[in-house]
Amino acid sequence: MNRTKVDEEEYWNSSKFKAFTFDDEDDELSQLKESKRAVNSLRDFVDDDDDDDLERVSWTGEPVGRRTRLGSFQSLSDALTDTPAKSYAPELGRPKGEFRDYSNDWSPSDTVRRLRKGKVCSLERFRSLQDKLLLLEEAVSMHDGNVITAVLIFLKRTLSKEVLFRELEVRQVALRHLIHFLKEIGDQKLLLDLFRFLDRTEELALSHYREHLSIQDPEKRKEFLKTCIGLPFSVEDAAHIQDHYTLLERQIIIEANDRHLESAGQTEIFRKHPRKASILNMPLVTTLFYSCFYHYTEPEGTFSSPVNLKKTFKIPDKQYVLTALAARAKLRAWHDVDALFTTKNWLGYTKKRAPIGFHRVVEILYKNNAPVQILQEYVNLVEDVDTKLNLATKFKCHDVVIDTCRDLKDRQQLLAYRSKVDKGSAEEEKIDAILSSTQIRWKN
Amino acid sequence: MAAHLSYGRVNLNVLREAVRRELREFLDKCAGSKAIVWDEYLTGPFGLIAQYSLLKEHEVEKMFTLKASRLPAADVKNIIFFVRPRLELMDIIAENVLSEDRRGPARDFHILFVPRRSLLCEQRLKDLGVLGSFIHREEYSLDLIPFDGDLLSMESEGAFKECYLESDQTCLYHAAKGLMTLQALYGTIPQIFGKGECARQVANMMIRMKREFTGSQNSVFPVFDNLLLLDRNVDLLTPLATQLTYEGLIDEIYGIQNSYVKLPPEKFAPKKQGDGGKDLPTEAKKLQLNSAEELYAEIRDKNFNAVGSVLSKKAKVISAAFEERHNAKTVGEIKQFVSQLPHMQAARGSLANHTSIAELIKDVTTSEDFFDKLTVEQEFMSGIDTDKVNGYIEDCIAQKHSLIKVLRLVCLQSVCNSGLKQKVLDYYKREILQTYGYEHILTLHNLEKAGLLKPQIGGRNNYPTIRKTLRLWMDDVNEQNPTDISYVYSGYAPLSVRLAQLLARPGWRSIEEVLRILPGPHFEERQPLPTGLQKKRQPGENRVTLIFFLGGVTFAEVAALRFLSQLEDGGTEYVIATTKLMNGATWMESLMEKLV
Repeated sequence: MNRTKVDEEEYWNSSKFKAFTFDDEDDELSQLKESKRAVNSLRDFVDDDDDDDLERVSWTGEPVGRRTRLGSFQSLSDALTDTPAKSYAPELGRPKGEFRDYSNDWSPSDTVRRLRKGKVCSLERFRSLQDKLLLLEEAVSMHDGNVITAVLIFLKRTLSKEVLFRELEVRQVALRHLIHFLKEIGDQKLLLDLFRFLDRTEELALSHYREHLSIQDPEKRKEFLKTCIGLPFSVEDAAHIQDHYTLLERQIIIEANDRHLESAGQTEIFRKHPRKASILNMPLVTTLFYSCFYHYTEPEGTFSSPVNLKKTFKIPDKQYVLTALAARAKLRAWHDVDALFTTKNWLGYTKKRAPIGFHRVVEILYKNNAPVQILQEYVNLVEDVDTKLNLATKFKCHDVVIDTCRDLKDRQQLLAYRSKVDKGSAEEEKIDAILSSTQIRWKN
Repeated sequence: MAAHLSYGRVNLNVLREAVRRELREFLDKCAGSKAIVWDEYLTGPFGLIAQYSLLKEHEVEKMFTLKASRLPAADVKNIIFFVRPRLELMDIIAENVLSEDRRGPARDFHILFVPRRSLLCEQRLKDLGVLGSFIHREEYSLDLIPFDGDLLSMESEGAFKECYLESDQTCLYHAAKGLMTLQALYGTIPQIFGKGECARQVANMMIRMKREFTGSQNSVFPVFDNLLLLDRNVDLLTPLATQLTYEGLIDEIYGIQNSYVKLPPEKFAPKKQGDGGKDLPTEAKKLQLNSAEELYAEIRDKNFNAVGSVLSKKAKVISAAFEERHNAKTVGEIKQFVSQLPHMQAARGSLANHTSIAELIKDVTTSEDFFDKLTVEQEFMSGIDTDKVNGYIEDCIAQKHSLIKVLRLVCLQSVCNSGLKQKVLDYYKREILQTYGYEHILTLHNLEKAGLLKPQIGGRNNYPTIRKTLRLWMDDVNEQNPTDISYVYSGYAPLSVRLAQLLARPGWRSIEEVLRILPGPHFEERQPLPTGLQKKRQPGENRVTLIFFLGGVTFAEVAALRFLSQLEDGGTEYVIATTKLMNGATWMESLMEKLV
């Protein structure tokens, strides 16, 4: 351990606050003690009333001489002496009168060049629309987003909305920067106006819809989603937005009802399996799972019944069966599982059928710790023999493996399997009985 | 020091030294003791150019992460905020400054914007009433950060989204500035090639900036022969596929950030006997990955299937070397053996680490799901069944695998089919929205805007033409001793790198048709050099090409370019620059709508 390291250790130990250091390159193991992510807890910077604020905005607009704050002071002295931005030092104590904007005749390109170097310069001298547009074009031709945005803010403040929109419509680069800028500062109102003006209806709709994410209260969020229905989305999207609204509406009803049931403590399912989280704002499939878990037997007429959800949201059979299976298996309700795959034909015969394939059924049952007897039953229903054998081996359904080998007259495989079962077990006996049977014509 | 930066054809330590000097100069400007308050995102990139000791030499006594409310107390004269120019960070800074003013002795505040000052941010500070509190407000143009002897990155995570979704050119401007810095240090690059909208714009900016500097003629002898600017959206396919090189897989599975990776600690526990697995370390094992480590430099770019044999060979060599001690008879021999010990022990440690990492990766690559996923990817890339709903993707959604994984596969299918049939697209969309939440409709729109997930237009699929002309799919791939770049994806040759390869030989004229199908213009520009600086290439001397990926590059692509650099008769060596080192997952993440 070298000296720097000891120093550093001392530093860390003596420092009262959580701080961190870089890894030294020769220090293989990280000594970083990173504080918790600060940035995660950023507060939302979207203001509601920023429209007004922006009217007041200007680093450019205000007559420079009036500035008294220290920070502006430096930039100003910099602007006066025209030294490179990086070398200026505080120059305090100069009389205020000295600070005046000398160059009233900077051309658009001079102005843009100065802005690019991060220097203060007033844009107020660009009075006519034509001058302002020249300034904008100069900024755009430099590709410097920083400067383009600065000019746009100036234009936004000094031009009427109609003129601004009209001029930007034919200046696509600047237009895109304005859109980005409005999103950044959260000026939703002007953004929507702009999309409306440009007739970008889908963007308008999406941008409006996006706002629901910042609404926490479920009731208010629902009401907001209602305002999204009928906006000019594509046909497909419109249906999804409608569903989003309907789903939240349902969830609010179910949540209120179930919270009540749970706290009353009278309902067995909630007592046995307390809810882990609220169902609000969960995806549709999660809601269906919830409903299959807590409300499986309810008649179709209730909002919380799985069948009702399936109908309302046109959930495909496959999706429905998968979700119901997972929910019922988790509750170990094997009868329900059985019923899910039992169909009766018109003669009254029952038949097992799974739209998702029985191999998937087996996998899901296994994941939910179904007992071997149950697993075995469904492994047997797998049609493809190889898949069946694989699954049976994987999930230790001995009887299925043994019977299948016998049916396949595969003596070698049966012999091999014998070594995998426990010594002296019933399975071993069964295998021995089959192997010694004279009835079977082995193929190998 | 960062010796590994100077091993390459171009000594990138020169760049590193330049940015370090600039940092020192700034720190010295704020005289007296200081505390730095960090935008946490910046600490990683800064760690690549400076260590704590450098800051300490310049009187940095405390460091904090930028957090809301109050600054922790620190007995220093200066408080310096190191931040990216982002509005939300300005709000936090203002909060810090305002709560500071009310108590204790006055301190000097400064702000260092990385990589650029932003008028918008300063405006926000002004609105919040704190702009005047800062004595120095400056920028630190850390545009391109050297990651390795042949690799530079801007580490700008939002670059792709800004360029291709929002059409914000700010990061292109930074790229151009970074290139100007490189040219100031390594000489004017005489030839510029490019493909894509953004590439065109960066070239324009460079030419314009050069014109503005006409006063001072660059007198540095040029190191680079040419520059190739490539838009990421020219090749949307490559990052979507799972990288199969060693480094690529480490990144896919654990995520490499600023050349560091954090690994589950269990495999790295020191083996003690009779200690039945108690006291396992719980903190992640953090390792730095770059060419400073000899073994890593050797294996990082290999296909993962070729890594095992190298590791076992190394193990034999090292144990043989340790065995040598029995043969050391004379004092001289023993002395020599002992002098080699530190190197041998380092080699053994390195080998142990990489054996553990390889085991961790193997657990993943041998899983059934990884195999199934890879099969589907390879089918898509070789053009099989790209026009119908894929069963594996359906299963992934049904089992609620991570949304990023699902999106990556669906996008891959879309790109390999020049867009999906409307019915297929609608089906995937509905499944995704119903399973993961309707709000993801916003993300799906982002992907559509970026061209990653879209309906096929006019029923035309161009991908087969591109695939065949550029030989993107190679059936006979040799993972152990590769003869073609396709080894990095076990069959698929990254489109971007193929373009670079074909540009070097025989030139793009041979693939005009495909270049027209790919988005954006392709172009060539020359930057004339004074006769004194014109290079006369010796016979057999390789060209040096700087290749700049606008919108991100993957480790597998870097590996493919290194493979080309090392070809005996290749004729070109590459230095790689990018806006961000990325993989399919981090890429998808950057395009997803942030859900509150």
